[in-house]
Amino acid sequence: MNNECPMCGCVLCYTNVELNELLPCPDCGSDLEVRSLDPFTLEMAPLEREDWGE
Amino acid sequence: MNTVSIIGGSGYVGGEVARLVLMRDDLELVQVTSSSTLGEHVHSAHPNLRGRTDLRFTSPDELKDVDFIFSALPHGTSDSKMKDLLSHAEHVIDTSADFRLNDPEVYRKWYGHDHASPELMESFPYGLPELHRSEIREKGRAAAPGCVATSTILGLFPFREIAQRVLVDSKIGSSAAGKTVSDSSHHPERSGVIRPYAPVDHRHRAEILQETGVDVMMTVHAVEMVRGISTTIHIEIGEKLTEKDVWGYLRSTYGKEPFIRVIRSQKGIFRYPEPKLIAGSNYCDLGFELDPNSNRLVVFSAIDNLMKGAAGSAMQCMNVIMGCDETKGLEFTGLHPI
Repeated sequence: MNNECPMCGCVLCYTNVELNELLPCPDCGSDLEVRSLDPFTLEMAPLEREDWGE
Repeated sequence: MNTVSIIGGSGYVGGEVARLVLMRDDLELVQVTSSSTLGEHVHSAHPNLRGRTDLRFTSPDELKDVDFIFSALPHGTSDSKMKDLLSHAEHVIDTSADFRLNDPEVYRKWYGHDHASPELMESFPYGLPELHRSEIREKGRAAAPGCVATSTILGLFPFREIAQRVLVDSKIGSSAAGKTVSDSSHHPERSGVIRPYAPVDHRHRAEILQETGVDVMMTVHAVEMVRGISTTIHIEIGEKLTEKDVWGYLRSTYGKEPFIRVIRSQKGIFRYPEPKLIAGSNYCDLGFELDPNSNRLVVFSAIDNLMKGAAGSAMQCMNVIMGCDETKGLEFTGLHPI
């Protein structure tokens, strides 16, 4: 199943994925959630943010 | 087996070139010259090379004929020695500033004296294979770029055509100042500083302008590192970009480059380029952030000043000239943790 990372545009190719599975983008490291298998749809998973001294 | 000489090999760049050459089984290091340490073992100046070579420093007046010469002579010296060097080797890679610029007038403006061999300036391609690969291969020579210039050019180059105004803020380790001691390099003075050493008019601006067409504003600080450069490039752009657009610029420019990595992670500790992680490697790590409140693109660029900023690029140029795998001898990844 092909798609692109919604954050960085990296072309992704996965096999044997499951609905709601979290997949890391190899380029930008974003956690992507499989929101639909047909059509194959990826969305950004909720991100836990750090407070870097702000 | 290609034979190699290093001219002016007692400094840090010469030592780093020696280390890279000695790690390869397809190169033979036959000579390292130095006037200041004549007759001493090479490992007396570069203790990490003990057990790897028994060579002693020889006189620069007794050059052997070899396939490749790496010249690590000081700035303002290579230009007068180059004709002699070229008579002893088919291929010369110069790590000084003397052959980076291709216009004698520009050279005089930034270095304060006339070039001794202006007719040779254009025969030395600027030694960044990412920009001049075919020219380096064709001419069989290269002028290894300046270290701050390398980190800036590689970060700015993909965006040069949309850049309206560029401000460069570079932080640099002590080894970039070379091996000659001074009051400012004395440990009690140097340790812990964040010292603006070139607030304006850093000489590498000339190289950056030549290679990108962008006349940048630039300030360089000396910071608490031995190796490494972290350069932040603030680019005012004339259009709104998305993160995906920026990734696109970087991928279309450097997609297949073996030493350029984009570090722009959404999680983890090191989300942007970090020079300590690539110490000893030939990588240039690039990262970025878009300012949501303005048309500012911030690009981060990290290198090891002695590797991608000097000896590593020089060896990469050698690989291009030899026609071998460009990463040969430059496979080291850096250490973690360090």
